[in-house]
This record gives sequence, structure tokens and C-alpha cells, in this order.
Amino acid sequence: MRSEGTNSTDTEPLIEVEDLVTYYGQRRILDGINLRVGTGEIRVIMGGSGSGKSTLLRHLLGLNIPAAGRIRLLGKDINRLDSQAMYQLRKQIGVSFQGGALFNSLTVGENVAFPLREHTRLDANTMRIMARMKLEVVNLAGFEDLYPAELSGGMIKRAALARAIVMDPKLLFFDEPSAGLDPVVSAELDELILRLRDSMNITIVVVTHELDSAFKIADSITILDQGRIALTGSKQAVRASDNERVQALLNRRAGGEELDHDAYLARLTGKAS
Amino acid sequence: MQTATGQLGRRVVNGVEEFGYGALLLLESIYWLLFGRWRHQAVRWSAVAEEMMNIGVLAVPVVVVLSGANGVMMALQGIYTLQDFGAESQVIPGLAYSITREFGALIVGIVVAGRSGSAIAARIGAMQMSQEIDALRVLGVNPVRYLVSPILLAMVIMVPLLTVLADTMALTGGGLLCVFQLHMGFQSYWQTVLSLLAVSDIMQGIIKSAVFATLIGLIGCINGFSATGGADGLGRVTTRSVVLCIAAIVVADMIFTFFLSR
Repeated sequence: MRSEGTNSTDTEPLIEVEDLVTYYGQRRILDGINLRVGTGEIRVIMGGSGSGKSTLLRHLLGLNIPAAGRIRLLGKDINRLDSQAMYQLRKQIGVSFQGGALFNSLTVGENVAFPLREHTRLDANTMRIMARMKLEVVNLAGFEDLYPAELSGGMIKRAALARAIVMDPKLLFFDEPSAGLDPVVSAELDELILRLRDSMNITIVVVTHELDSAFKIADSITILDQGRIALTGSKQAVRASDNERVQALLNRRAGGEELDHDAYLARLTGKAS
Repeated sequence: MQTATGQLGRRVVNGVEEFGYGALLLLESIYWLLFGRWRHQAVRWSAVAEEMMNIGVLAVPVVVVLSGANGVMMALQGIYTLQDFGAESQVIPGLAYSITREFGALIVGIVVAGRSGSAIAARIGAMQMSQEIDALRVLGVNPVRYLVSPILLAMVIMVPLLTVLADTMALTGGGLLCVFQLHMGFQSYWQTVLSLLAVSDIMQGIIKSAVFATLIGLIGCINGFSATGGADGLGRVTTRSVVLCIAAIVVADMIFTFFLSR
């Protein structure tokens, strides 16, 4: 059993973000983000709506290009890699999207085998067996011939997880694993994430706003607030934080009271910069 | 006034941007078709075959009916107009040239724009909204190679083939009417048609149809990739795709006809 609050600096970081700045139009979404996630760690990135956590995830996945700053995954600066090197890097990264993002025209089995089909020269039978193995891991054995439209929300998330781990990645990103699920299914998914980390030694980054889920699975937690990191630390450190906005998030209070009255007025009058 | 000018300017900039994006998409698709194998990302023939089925084979019944009916209508109008001059038999050159050079390709272009231009935009748009395109990218699969290249290749193969079919069916439809109205043999009608037509007449229609095919494929894909905003957004890009496809076909046809008929 792993101790709580694994210090990410103890081990070689698999993810390193330095001074990340991003904009949507004129609006600054992420402002000077610094992040290090060590090998075998489960890092939960939390924050309220509009905190920038989904944008941060898109940048970590290389789907968006930052205005400034550097992102290193597995020791490689993803914004300086040529397409071939990025292609090689992506084979070592698994992603489970919020809605699953399974390909609707393919069966569950074909979805899970998809990365194998694209990246390996395995024969069809071997790919089918490997897909079944991963479906067993996520308790979806026997569902490989169904289409995504025939699955429940929890099953879609598990199938997406099976697809994400089929290449045995070193790094797994999980976007909102609990969103839209009932508490029992959500708890099962949390157990699954912990089991995966322990059995496959994968480094896992989970983006969520679910407190129960976050405190159950996290080795360490990063809390984003208004595009900045409010806090990174162990579960105890987060609970003990005296940061007002962190406590507002943890206690599910509306933490949106305006601190800067000038900014508030400027926004109301449409003169916000 | 300033707002109207600003809006016009923005629309022009967006139009130029979209045109440039289309050109890049075309170049990238050709790149993946030619060099994908060397990059370990070959375009899959199974995907091309599937698109050929959707774009071409499934469109055969509607192309047969529309082009046949169009041939009959053209013959009817031709005979009706020419009988005032006692020159009904001259309807055959009219049919032969206008169908092979113009209407065969145009009918197929409009049918494929309606069927596939909308379907491509809707399919890619739905994939965009459900993050399937993002999933492709994070899985290391280039979406242009996986989605656009098979569509464009299938289009460029199937639309000219459909055009040959449409030419044949329209000429057959026109021929059947000539048999009844002009009391001539079906065989002699075809002999006249074939003696009139040069390879360049048929090629003119086929080259046009390949251009239409490229335009439909690109416009469908561009609109699909730009889809945002749920079901409403999906409906918007689907409609926009069909309208733009048909407009692009008609304008391209006009430009081609202007240069090729000189």
C-alpha cells in the first residue's frame, strides 16, 4: 500500500509543466502553471467550473498549443516534437475522455483494439484476445460485440478506460471519471483506477470536480482556481489549507465572492480588459 | 454602417481563411495518400471501399432515376422547340453534347452533394462534438489521414463513374423519347449519338465531375470539423455544407464551361 501524499519530486517526473500561459481570444485562461507529477503517482487536478482544469488537460494532451511555457511528458517537450516523435510518444499515453469518446461506428471490441490496429502489426486474432483481456480488467467481458450506443454511461467509461490502457501506457489521463454516474458506479470506477495503478504502475492524472472521488484515489492533489494553481499537496495538506478559495471548494460553498471590486465593476459595465 | 462594413470584412476574412484551410486539407490528404505508408500511417483501403460504397454504389438508384428523367425532359423540350423549324431530328446532337459535357456531371454533383455532402458534415461534426476527433489525435492517428483522405479518394473515383452512368441513362432516356416521337430505331439513335461524340466531349464531363467530387468532399469535411454547439450546431453545418456544395458546383461548372467551350 502506498503512503498518502507521495512527493512528486522524489521520483523522476513524468509530467513537467513550466510557466504555462494560455489564452482563449483575449482572455487569459491559464496563468503561470507549474506542475510536476512523479512516476507511479495518482495526481488529481481539481477546481470549480471555469478554473481552467479542462484547458490544462487539453494542453497536457498536446491538443492545444500554449501561448507561453513548456510541457514535458516522459522527458520530452511536446510542443517541440516533430510529428513522428509525437506519434511515438502518443503510443505511451492513454486517455479516457469525459464522455468516453468511443468511436460510435465501431463495436466495443473494435474500439479497444483500435490502438493495436493502428500502431502494431499484430494479427486480428491476437488483437481480439488482447482487447478481451483489457475488457476483463474493466469488468466488461462479453460486451465486445455491442456498439457504444447500447452501453450505459458507466460501461462507456470503463470501455474507454480499456481502450486507454490497451497499449500498456506509462501515463494515463482520466477526464471527469465520475461525471454523470451514480455513486456506486463512480466508486467502482475509483477502485478500478487504484487497481490499475497498483497492478500496472501507471502514472495517472485525473481531472475531476468530485471531492469524494478525488480524496479516495489521489496521492496528491492540485487545486486550480481562476487559471492559477491555488495549492498542490497531499490530501492532508489540502484539507489543512487555510486558503479561503480552497476551503470554499472543499466545503462546496459558493467561493465566487468578488475580491476585487474594481474588476467586478469593470465587468458589469463591459469595460473589463 | 461601421458594423455592416465590419461584418462584411469579417465574412471576407473568414471566407479566405476557410478557402486556405480547404487547400491545406486537400494537400494534407494527398500527402497521406502518397506517403502515409512510409510514415506507418497508411490510408486504409477498407475505409476507402466503405466510402466508395456510401458515396457511389448507394447513390446509383437515385442517379439512374434522375438522369433518365432528365434525358426524357431534355428530349421533350428539344423536340417541342425544334418542331417549329421542322428540325426535330437536330435534338440528338443537342442531347449528346449537353448531357455529356454538362448535365450528366451536374446531376451527379447535385445528387452527391445532397446525399454525401450533408452526411460527411454530419458524421464528422458528430465525431467532433463527442470528442472522437480528439480521441483520434491522442491515439496518435491523424484525423485527416483517417477520415478525409478515404473520403476524397472515394469521391474522385466514384463521382466520375457515376457521371458515366448518368450520361448513359440520360442519353437512354432521351433516346426512348426520340424512338416514340421521331419514329426512329433505338439502334440508329445510338449510332448517331456515338458518331457525334468525341472523346473530349465525354472527358469534359468527367474532368468536371472530378472537380465537383473534390469540392464536395472538402466542403463536407471542413464544415464537419468546424461543428460546435450541440444538435443545433450540427444541423447548421449540415445545411451549410449542402448549400455550399451546390453553390461551389454551379460556380465551378460555369468557370469550366467558360474555358472549355472556347
